[in-house]
Amino acid sequence: MKDYRAGYIKLALPKGRFLSPTASVLADIGLGFNDYSDKTKQYRLRSTRFPNLSAKILQEKDISIQVAVGNYDLGICGLDWIEEFLVKYPAGSLVKISSLNYGEGSIHVVASAESGIANLNDLSDGRNDYRIVTEYPNLAEAFALNLRMRRFRIFPVWGAAEAYPPENADLAVLWGKSGADIATQGLIPLKRLLPVTAFLIANKESLENKDLSRILTCFSSRITAEPPTSMGNGLDISEELKVSRPLWQAKEINLALPDGHQQAPASQFLKRAGLALQGYSEESASRRPSADLDWLGIKVIRPQDMPLQVANSNFDLAITGEDWLREHLYRFPSSPVKKLFALGFGAVKIVTAVSQEMPVADIDELRSLVQSGKFAPLKVASEYINIADGYLRDNHINPYKLIPTWGASEAFLPEDADMLIDNVQTGKTLTQHKLKVIDVLFRSSACLIANKNSLASSDRREKMEFLTQKLRAGLR
Amino acid sequence: MKNQKCKGMQDLLPEDMLRFRRIEDVFRTCCCSWGYQEVRTPTLEYLHLFTATGTLTPSMLSKVYSFLDWDGWSGERVVLRPDGTIPVARLYTDNLSGQELARLFYVTNIFAFEGTGKENRERWQCGAEFFGGAELAPDVEIILLAEEVIRRLGIRNVGLQLSHAGLVKALLKELKLSPGEEAKMTNRLLEGNWQALTKSKSTNPEIDRLIAALLGLKGKSSSFLYNIKAAFPKASQDFKSSLEDLIGITKVLDNLGCSYKIDIAAIHGFEYYTGICFQFLAAGEKIGGGGRYDNLVPLMDGEDIPACGFALYVDYVMKLLPPEKEKKGEAEILVKGKELAPEILETCFTLAESLRDAGHTAELDFTGRKESNYRWVVLVSGKAPSPFMLTDCTRRRRRDAASMAEILKVVSEG
Repeated sequence: MKDYRAGYIKLALPKGRFLSPTASVLADIGLGFNDYSDKTKQYRLRSTRFPNLSAKILQEKDISIQVAVGNYDLGICGLDWIEEFLVKYPAGSLVKISSLNYGEGSIHVVASAESGIANLNDLSDGRNDYRIVTEYPNLAEAFALNLRMRRFRIFPVWGAAEAYPPENADLAVLWGKSGADIATQGLIPLKRLLPVTAFLIANKESLENKDLSRILTCFSSRITAEPPTSMGNGLDISEELKVSRPLWQAKEINLALPDGHQQAPASQFLKRAGLALQGYSEESASRRPSADLDWLGIKVIRPQDMPLQVANSNFDLAITGEDWLREHLYRFPSSPVKKLFALGFGAVKIVTAVSQEMPVADIDELRSLVQSGKFAPLKVASEYINIADGYLRDNHINPYKLIPTWGASEAFLPEDADMLIDNVQTGKTLTQHKLKVIDVLFRSSACLIANKNSLASSDRREKMEFLTQKLRAGLR
Repeated sequence: MKNQKCKGMQDLLPEDMLRFRRIEDVFRTCCCSWGYQEVRTPTLEYLHLFTATGTLTPSMLSKVYSFLDWDGWSGERVVLRPDGTIPVARLYTDNLSGQELARLFYVTNIFAFEGTGKENRERWQCGAEFFGGAELAPDVEIILLAEEVIRRLGIRNVGLQLSHAGLVKALLKELKLSPGEEAKMTNRLLEGNWQALTKSKSTNPEIDRLIAALLGLKGKSSSFLYNIKAAFPKASQDFKSSLEDLIGITKVLDNLGCSYKIDIAAIHGFEYYTGICFQFLAAGEKIGGGGRYDNLVPLMDGEDIPACGFALYVDYVMKLLPPEKEKKGEAEILVKGKELAPEILETCFTLAESLRDAGHTAELDFTGRKESNYRWVVLVSGKAPSPFMLTDCTRRRRRDAASMAEILKVVSEG
């Protein structure tokens, strides 16, 4: 039973796209926090005005879940992540209080210009098996079910959904500034699902039992008539919309390259291997770089998404981290993906860490502590949920609860989780946040992965071998 | 101690299972005597089986337990069976479609999420499906079979309500809604909101009167349907042919003395019905229902074969069963060992085996607890000259016995 008398109020604030506008709105309404800025390295913030109010900076995707489970009384995040949660868990403890009336763009259902889909009727009448790629798998599923699509498969991705159509997906559910903006990416907007505005949300139990009125009063000037937030019916496809079709041609061999942190070292590696690419450098970055081999198709996507994409034959080869390959194989043991060789960059350790205050030095001592009932269930934050699940089972940690995160798991300890399973390069970040490593699960670095069926295919074997040999030459 | 049962799931305790088995036994006996054969389908099916247009409504689909299996890297989702009919239609399409006619029945659990966790998320159904066959006769057959099961279970005051999916579809068509509005209206009706139909005014006043008549009046014989036919001569051809179909069925039911009520709103939840729909109500609950679903097998890429069926909702039927008359499932004879000595254990097990071989039920006990509700109790001391003491609990008599043969003789004579 929670103690509501203490009066401490916890607020979850967003990182990323909504950080700056949220910080200025909070300052305007007298709810400012000193370190809430783009440059901050802090996760925990204290209110300059209310001694009983504390805040934590979290990934937006985590905020709706954290508020729903009651770790935070209030939160601010985009309506897209709120609806992604509510559409799956309508009976949960998340209450939408009000739009804060800032934000940009909408979540759209889009079709590839090559797919021959012109409107929603084509989807519900069709007998095809549609591939839907999205960062919002719950919204996508609800959309497909409501439309009575006969057959569909949803491929959740960590990002870059726009890069998948036409060859790797028929439909995508993604964010776009406007229909016109989407059209410039070679996609046809079919339906606008919801506008992406910042929303104030609350935990139901906190709202029913706790006095949040002083904080809510501060927001009153922002709480105005709500803009339409429900899933609209209107197609915002207009006659004038000019869909620019990307020049695209099916290739014999398809290679996926990583974006983000891995891009610079991967680019250098490919240069060393003698693979000349246009559009895969910091100066000119494209989702579809080109190589001087006319049979090779290249696409730049998130490393987290590669094993699943390679398993589904969307790519024959990919450069990703061993951590993400393992994460995939823990979830789908029969997946036809295999590691060919490590590439020697992007080395990290996957570790378990706990607060320095926790009186344990290794996993055996932690097991005893959990068995004694002090940390039962043990709350474990991780972005590798399948690796974490396997590790906790193998080590007989029982009971435990997994908290999926989208990176920066250290922000969760010690208030919202007891342990994390995450990757570290040097371990400095952990020390800064007063955490200590108690076990190393494995070491991971960038590696080349391949689809087993492509390796065995007589049509492709020769070119696959040529390419892997070429890449092997890049190893120092 | 904390209850560790999963939210929304139910345990069936010994006395629940007695009632459950009673329903199952009556159902199975009736089905077999009508020539139906039992089948069992897997708990997991592919989601796309249920997303096919016209199978489950979006509101039902949003409550299915769907997930990716361990080999779900291709994105193909599986579900815990949310309905009994669709898997059996799939089984028929996969294995038996060469048969001109198939009468199948099943006892199965189905899974659907229910938000509050107060209602069951796992429920049980006894269902029968009829694939193939001529028009009309199979519809009457499944209604009569369902009635027979309910009657033999001893459930009284059960109402039968009849409707027809063709009538509802014809009315919707007459409203001339856009495809989107029609889909929404269908959802509302299937969720039980029939008032939506009266609120949606058509351009044709005769259609509004027809809707009002069908929603407002509940006929009790085929005469009612003849009256509707006569009073609304301008109704569409689709409406008239569905009405003829329902008239045909009700006439047979009238002649067989089967009472019912015609209620157009007696369709709920399932989108796959194409012809007659019916439901059984008792004590304010729907205890079963069914109907004709001619498009289901073709939708699964099977042959164009007509089909109909019904299911009884075991969880609701269990609540209505009259009190138990038969045995409570406890053994007839209790064999008690006086102590836990090896020779006494051996004698007890041998005696119990002989009793069971002779057709009796025998339970063993070495705890010395107080016995209750047994017909006979045999105390095994193993000491000559009378190693057994036999108690006749009904007559309250006690006697020594020298051998197992003697016990068998006395017990068999009653």
